[in-house]
Amino acid sequence: MAEHVKKPEEMIKIDYKPPRKDWMDPKVEFHRGFYNYAAVPERLDYLGLPNPGKWQPTDEKWPLPDNWKETILKTMKDRLDKYRTFKVFMDVCVRCGACADKCHYFIGSGDPKNMPVLRAELLRSVYRNDFTTAGKLMGKFAGARELNEQVLKEWFYYFYQCTECRRCSVFCPYGIDTAEITMMARELMNSIGINIDWICTPAANCYRTGNHLGIQPHGFMDSLEFATDELSELTGLKIEAPINKKGAEILFVAPSADYFASPHYYTLLGYLALFHELGLDYTWSSFASEGGNFGLFHSQETMKRLNAKIYMEAKRLGVKWILGGECGHMWRVLNQYMDTMNGPADFLEEPVSPFTGTRFENAKSTKMVHITEFTSDLIKHNKLKLDPSRNDHWTPTFHDSCNPARAMGIFEEPRYILNACCNNFHEMPENTIREQTFCCGSGAGLGTDENLEMRLRGGLPRANAVKYVHETKGVDILLCMCAIDKATLPTLMDYWVPGVEVGGIHEMVGNALVMKGETRTTDLRGTPFVNAEAKGEEVIEDV
Amino acid sequence: MKALYSLLAYAVLVVIVMLGVGVAGLDYFFGVIIPYAAIAIFIFGFVYKIVVWAKSPVPFRIPTTCGQQKSLPWIKQNKLDNPSSGIAAFGRMALEILFFRSLFRNSRVSLKKASEPKLVYGPDKWLWFFALAFHWSFLIILLRHLRFFAEPVPAFVTLLEQLDGFFQVGLPIILVTDIVIVTALTFLFLRRLFDAKIRYISLPSDYFALFMLLGIACTGILMRYFTKTDIVGVKELAMGIISFHPTLPEGLSMLFYIHLFTVCLLFAYFPFSKLMHLGGVFLSPTRNLANNNRAKRHVNPWNYDVPVHTYEEYEDEFRDVMKAAGLPLEKDS
Repeated sequence: MAEHVKKPEEMIKIDYKPPRKDWMDPKVEFHRGFYNYAAVPERLDYLGLPNPGKWQPTDEKWPLPDNWKETILKTMKDRLDKYRTFKVFMDVCVRCGACADKCHYFIGSGDPKNMPVLRAELLRSVYRNDFTTAGKLMGKFAGARELNEQVLKEWFYYFYQCTECRRCSVFCPYGIDTAEITMMARELMNSIGINIDWICTPAANCYRTGNHLGIQPHGFMDSLEFATDELSELTGLKIEAPINKKGAEILFVAPSADYFASPHYYTLLGYLALFHELGLDYTWSSFASEGGNFGLFHSQETMKRLNAKIYMEAKRLGVKWILGGECGHMWRVLNQYMDTMNGPADFLEEPVSPFTGTRFENAKSTKMVHITEFTSDLIKHNKLKLDPSRNDHWTPTFHDSCNPARAMGIFEEPRYILNACCNNFHEMPENTIREQTFCCGSGAGLGTDENLEMRLRGGLPRANAVKYVHETKGVDILLCMCAIDKATLPTLMDYWVPGVEVGGIHEMVGNALVMKGETRTTDLRGTPFVNAEAKGEEVIEDV
Repeated sequence: MKALYSLLAYAVLVVIVMLGVGVAGLDYFFGVIIPYAAIAIFIFGFVYKIVVWAKSPVPFRIPTTCGQQKSLPWIKQNKLDNPSSGIAAFGRMALEILFFRSLFRNSRVSLKKASEPKLVYGPDKWLWFFALAFHWSFLIILLRHLRFFAEPVPAFVTLLEQLDGFFQVGLPIILVTDIVIVTALTFLFLRRLFDAKIRYISLPSDYFALFMLLGIACTGILMRYFTKTDIVGVKELAMGIISFHPTLPEGLSMLFYIHLFTVCLLFAYFPFSKLMHLGGVFLSPTRNLANNNRAKRHVNPWNYDVPVHTYEEYEDEFRDVMKAAGLPLEKDS
């Protein structure tokens, strides 16, 4: 962990008292650990995006184009005409403040501009000034202010302190969605090349190689081979992972971190074990080797450009339908944007489980099924031999990831799976799960070391809830189905709740799965099963 | 400070009426012309705003899902918080508009600063309760006022008034909504003033709306219970306005003019302010759409082609390494 990070005892001293000074006078200090570095020009060039050159947020003078203000206002007009959400959300907020203490960043930092209402007001004030009669006539009385460089800096600071988690939107009486407002603000800033590297580099990589990490096809293949070798060794079975196989029934798309990062890796092993045991006719794709989509955090257009490969590849490979792995924002894109942007997928078939015959009616147009929908259906139909005691060395809890929760509503599927695969599962307090779940504090392209303090602050509400079940129930693993969660929650746990590991749903499936002909005695992490020999067989027969 | 500015602004407007009617004799102007102008501005402004909003399409289906999705047949869907059909979305909207469903979820977080700091969440229904109390009593009061605009008075208006006065005895009968609206508005005002977070986010215009509403409610109550207002005269004026044959009866009180003027101000101000949430809530795409994106394709009217990186370009760039790794290729070279 970086040296300049405060100790938890210091960090928790949060002052929620707003300053005396009015928020309308913009004055931003870029505190270290609270902001992200600017995008590298080469990445923007690769994507063909406008950029002002080399700069950093802390520079006194940003290299803005001469007409930057006109460009932003022109872009704003364009987006207002394109998005009803934007127009309505700019107009209807009554500043009731119900959202104020719902934001993890506000709870963790006490900075009043992290109250969702005020975050939106940063943009709304400019909207009022240039697009409303009341703002033009009454100015400050009606909450209007002029766009200037200070306002722009403030936008950059605070719209990159929003993880687009949509928790505030659950509580808003008009459904105002700060994610939507943040997305618009980022689009405006993108129009003059103001954006962050942690978003633009993965986006450029993904455009070129198919995945955020920039892994080329042979590297992708190596990673999967490494995993199949290890799994083969663990189980004593010959496990394979088909890649770019034409004519397979199903295309499987997962976030790239699953095959390149830990603890994601154990989830990957879980998928591979499951698919092997089923004898699933499927394929990975080195081209669609990323389900995640950092375009979502950049702009509508970049999102669409990156997402296009999934249908293109499904068509090229001639599969029937697509199965998607454990990822949060990936599923926001797949559930709410893909079909609209790059559909219709009329070259695919309505998804049907080859093992249970279940038609996934809810995915009949998009033709993409979430892996927990797929697996829970298998378990319901007794298609898997599961021995939950193989997870007895874990006491898990489940973190609902923002996007599967608030952009899908996929709550019961993962819980059904976990209850079938684990004996010691415990829920966190109800204000912190399901639709009220708290963000990991690192989503929407903000999961890097540069803004570590902000991430730890934003992750406080999640960590605090984990701490509660850690202390009262002995929870020692936080399960989730999101690649960003798996990448960033370990840091958060180490900081706030040491002793809690992070894992995935299909890691638990892979542990509990009794495979035909296997000879294994450990879970996917290599930890021996508790009493494996004594009780393993008995339980298997019960199933 | 912001509250003070707003109060001052409202006071100035009241003084204008008092001078206008009391000194300059502009009774007709304030009694007839202003009401017509206000009604016109309200109707045109409201329609205009709705049209402006409706002109922007809804490119993506982005409901905020607050319950279990529709997926497998044996998993119980939460139809109202995560609707998958138009009818269920209608139900969700009805709950939202009639009972402020989302606000009902409101909670309050506090950081208990013990040796082991802990975040604690408690329910916070006061905002929901008083917001609902205000809106419903305001609606009932508006409907009660229909007695001034119709002869004979519609039966439902009389019934409403009887229900409103049901709990009270004495003369004049005290109407529940009169007490409720003032209490609720006072709560909303004090909350804005004394909750540091809310004070910080409040704009002068937020207080202004509350002052207008309080002004209307208070002058109304004064007229009903404390001063003698010429009800017959008021009805004559109202009937005249509604039938486009305006006459201005003699002897309408100053209090009435202040009441009427504030109502007019509110109506004229309405379409250009946050009060338009009345119309906007119906158009909020995070609430009024079904979460059935994957089952039913949503069409974006402005969807356009974007540059994409094709598989062919990808294979061209990586053919050699793919070949060496033994990955299948479309073209050999």
